[in-house]
Amino acid sequence: MADVNVALNNPATGTTREQDLIAKVQFGHHELFYELVRPYERRIYAAGMAILRNENDAEDVAQEAMLKALANIRQFRAEAKFSTWLIQITVNEALMRRRKERTAMTEGIDDQRDEGGEYTPRDFADWREIPSEALERKEIRQKLAQALASLDRKYREVFVLRDMEQLNIQETAEALGISVASVKTRLLRARLMLRDLLAGGWQNGWFSRLPFEKGTKPW
Amino acid sequence: MVDREPITCDQLCREISNYLEGDLAPSMRAAIDTHLLTCSRCRSLVEGTRNVIRLYGDERMIDVPVGFGQRLEKRLARNARELHPRWTSWSAWLIPIAALTLFAGGLRWANSLTTAHPLLSEHAQSAKGIPPEMTVVVSEGAKEFHVPGCEFIHNKDKEHTLTAREAVREGYVPCVRCMRKYLETASNTTEPLFPVAIAEIDAHDERQLHHLR
Repeated sequence: MADVNVALNNPATGTTREQDLIAKVQFGHHELFYELVRPYERRIYAAGMAILRNENDAEDVAQEAMLKALANIRQFRAEAKFSTWLIQITVNEALMRRRKERTAMTEGIDDQRDEGGEYTPRDFADWREIPSEALERKEIRQKLAQALASLDRKYREVFVLRDMEQLNIQETAEALGISVASVKTRLLRARLMLRDLLAGGWQNGWFSRLPFEKGTKPW
Repeated sequence: MVDREPITCDQLCREISNYLEGDLAPSMRAAIDTHLLTCSRCRSLVEGTRNVIRLYGDERMIDVPVGFGQRLEKRLARNARELHPRWTSWSAWLIPIAALTLFAGGLRWANSLTTAHPLLSEHAQSAKGIPPEMTVVVSEGAKEFHVPGCEFIHNKDKEHTLTAREAVREGYVPCVRCMRKYLETASNTTEPLFPVAIAEIDAHDERQLHHLR
């Protein structure tokens, strides 16, 4: 078991190992499927969470989606990226559940329309870059998660699939059933809004205890 | 490089995503680079947006509930067990069929070691104690094996030698004349003689194998 994990996490051999595992699962070794999806389980959960915004629902959807993926493993074709395939199945499952449960009602009927006009980012006189090391701190991660959760659904979903799940623009559009142009518009707006929220957080002292480098930055 | 008009801050703001994704024509990218050299507000925008992408793209940003992986693994395992009976409904027939096939094949193989060929003579008599490595003679068209020099060998111009073990396995029976002493030995017992002879041969093989090991 340990050897499998090492191989999967090794960029040099991971692809070959993954292809080998996929072939085995397709041949009927279903007991190996968890080994196959384990490297992506966090991303699978995040995809469900982005759409459903509820931990229990996200976990349940992640499990259901993986059962569907296993049931349809023979339909997976090698030209696709396995992680993308899993995430798309999860997104589909989450969207179906949301439609079924009508939780979307709480977010407004016009939520899916792209807003006209341009988003005007705020100016900040003293906003500094947040280093990646800051993510070691749970409270920082929570603040960032709160900022993300505060976005409207249409921005949050596109942002999560593109910038967190690393789907490309086309894949994001297909997963959500929207146009490429809409993905680009929403993505830009989501990024700018998060930038403003984080910059505002800096001003509000969210990151005041972080060991930023001294020196004046232009923003 | 095609010169183009300098871009405004609003134009740059619209292109930030494309700029960071590397999805711009070279002339537009160059125009933005030029603009950023002199506009601190836009540098703030670009760097702030880049910071957002880097932070949220970090795997640490995805917190999963404690035990998520174990629960997923259990669910998949439970599903596999539930699917199992469906799988066995048809494979259950395959297993005994395969076992029977193997058993039958094994019997054939085992038989091939003992009586690979039916006895060539229906008048064969039982024999016992034939040394397995004893050199014997058979001839083309005959049914018996003989001690070399036996005058009852037919077709002497077509004879060839082999061991008693090989002769027995090929279905030859001992000559009732030159091999008489083995037939007489056998007549004192109630045991079926050729199998006994073969059993002795096989025991000899086993000893040889043991020795080699």
